[in-house]
Amino acid sequence: MSDKIYGLMAEFNTPGDVLRAAKKVRAAGYHRWDVFSPFPIHGIDKVMGLKNSMVGWVSLAMGGGAFVSGFVLLWFSNAFDYPLIVGGKPMFSVPMTFVPSYILMVMGGAIGALVGMLALNQFPRLHHPLLHKARFELVSRDKFVIVIGSTDPGFSLTETRQLLESAGGLNVDIVEDKD
Amino acid sequence: MSDSLNQLKALAAPAELRRAPVVENNQGLGWLTDKLSAFAEGKTPLWWWILFIPAAFAATVIFPTCLFYQVFTGVGVWGNNHPVMWGLDIVNFIWWVGVAHAGTLISALLFLTRQHWRTTIGRMAEAMTVFSVMMAGLYPAIHVGRAWFDWFMFPVPNSNGLWPQFRSPLMWDVFAVNTYLTVSTLFFFMGMIPDFAVLRDRSTTRVRKGIFTFLAMGWTGSARQWHHYEKAYLVLCGLCTLLVFTVSSIVGLDFCTAQIAGWHATIFPLYFVIGAVFCGFGMVLVILIPLRKWCGLEQIITMSHIDKVAKLALVSGLIIDYIYLMEFFIAWYSGDPYERWVFGHRLFGHTYMVLGWMLIGINVGVTQLLWFKKVRSNLALLFIIGVLINIGMWCERFVIVVGSLYQEFLPSNWGKYMPTIWDIGLYIGTLGAFFMLYLLFVKFLPMIAIAEVKGAMPQADPHHRLGGAQKEDGHE
Repeated sequence: MSDKIYGLMAEFNTPGDVLRAAKKVRAAGYHRWDVFSPFPIHGIDKVMGLKNSMVGWVSLAMGGGAFVSGFVLLWFSNAFDYPLIVGGKPMFSVPMTFVPSYILMVMGGAIGALVGMLALNQFPRLHHPLLHKARFELVSRDKFVIVIGSTDPGFSLTETRQLLESAGGLNVDIVEDKD
Repeated sequence: MSDSLNQLKALAAPAELRRAPVVENNQGLGWLTDKLSAFAEGKTPLWWWILFIPAAFAATVIFPTCLFYQVFTGVGVWGNNHPVMWGLDIVNFIWWVGVAHAGTLISALLFLTRQHWRTTIGRMAEAMTVFSVMMAGLYPAIHVGRAWFDWFMFPVPNSNGLWPQFRSPLMWDVFAVNTYLTVSTLFFFMGMIPDFAVLRDRSTTRVRKGIFTFLAMGWTGSARQWHHYEKAYLVLCGLCTLLVFTVSSIVGLDFCTAQIAGWHATIFPLYFVIGAVFCGFGMVLVILIPLRKWCGLEQIITMSHIDKVAKLALVSGLIIDYIYLMEFFIAWYSGDPYERWVFGHRLFGHTYMVLGWMLIGINVGVTQLLWFKKVRSNLALLFIIGVLINIGMWCERFVIVVGSLYQEFLPSNWGKYMPTIWDIGLYIGTLGAFFMLYLLFVKFLPMIAIAEVKGAMPQADPHHRLGGAQKEDGHE
């Protein structure tokens, strides 16, 4: 076998099954593993011990940055670089900056959310070892899959396979890394 | 066991109070996947071509003809002239922005309020938003008359050393509409990533596989991906909800900062937001009702969903009616002769009083039909009401824009406005472009959020019997 092993995958039929199996995998002490499903499963974050996603912070940073940039832009353009008298108002005041800065904050926050999501998921990625498996195509349909990666310190072809089978996994199979 | 089951049955709510299932005749997740991707994968039906060809003709022949003639010749080809400098271009701008708003409200605000039924119509509503904001954004860009100077509206350093004047709501509008287009497009695209993966995994030809592999960007549906995705989706929903209330408010501010009688009212931002949402629900009805039938989606977009959209249209319609009442009351109560003149002439003037009465007849009269369950369950009638709401709201914008401008403070300054063939041609062109883009979306992209609908099914709930829950699991 010339290909490296990426990991072992096991199929499940319902979200309830995969959730119970995930608890067992976590209890067995694995770190490099993941659950694949056609939709987000309620409660899986807790079972896998996933921390709060950083996407919110990326969005906040970009949204806040955009708000401040808007504020500075308005001061620079209408009060500093080309002072403009409008209706006898002061050259610069905080209320006048609010609406454009706020709109820019929404824009920045939205771009931050998308970029943050893509970056944290390491997208775009056109190849993935799992996408070569024919059975894995069913994950976007109605199957649920647990994959335990071969880079996990506790990974062993026999014991890991036993664990997945005892947890109710069907069609336990080796995933090759063809890169 | 049977005892406790009987007890449960006795406690369950009576049938009429029970929540309708999101999807009728639910036969599992695999069935749902087949059903929801069928239209994007199947053969193009005849009705699609029958609608597409005229829409594409309007979009690719009438639209560019009217656009280029206007850009090459000038705003004079339209009916706009002193004192009515804002004509159909601004009426249609507000109308298109309005159509967009219901889409965002359905997909974002109803997500935040955890309305599961929105999953089935959310994607179609979002597409409506994206395409109608495109049409809306075009109008101000050409209304300025010299479209090649549009970049003056953006804070671009230039050799004249000039900057935009940020105290003007018209300037805020530039930012608001551009932000709306960007954010709703991002939201639309991000929502489709998991569904691109569905179509990628189902594709049978190399070309399809290549395209959807590219669009899905490596989506595998892992719990970590969903984890980040859900967070990003939540944040985007929150930001889009802000936009529902901001964009039309700013359009309203364009009017109410002006001193013109009939515009200078503090109710305008709210007025425009609710008007936009009302108009958009009309458009949602117009789009949903035929598509659900022709695409065979009766079990997915159920009568209960249509009923809810109709109820939301009724609620926003009632708020609009209240605002009309307030507008007329304040015009009378202010004692301002100009205000009284303008509002009196909306209904009892000449030339435009037909539009004024259409507005009242549709937005105040026809809307009340939606109180009746018989009406809300009659699809043909709902479709007609949807079309009428769009016409009624178009009349409202016309009455506001032109009705206040044509009789200004000085009678010597009065004039008339009549749209020319180029005004109307451009409107038909944008309608064609909108429907062309929409039909292309329906044919080639996942028009229903496959992953989201699946997530709202009982089979997707790990604590439900159908989702594989067992007795020993108990409750989390």
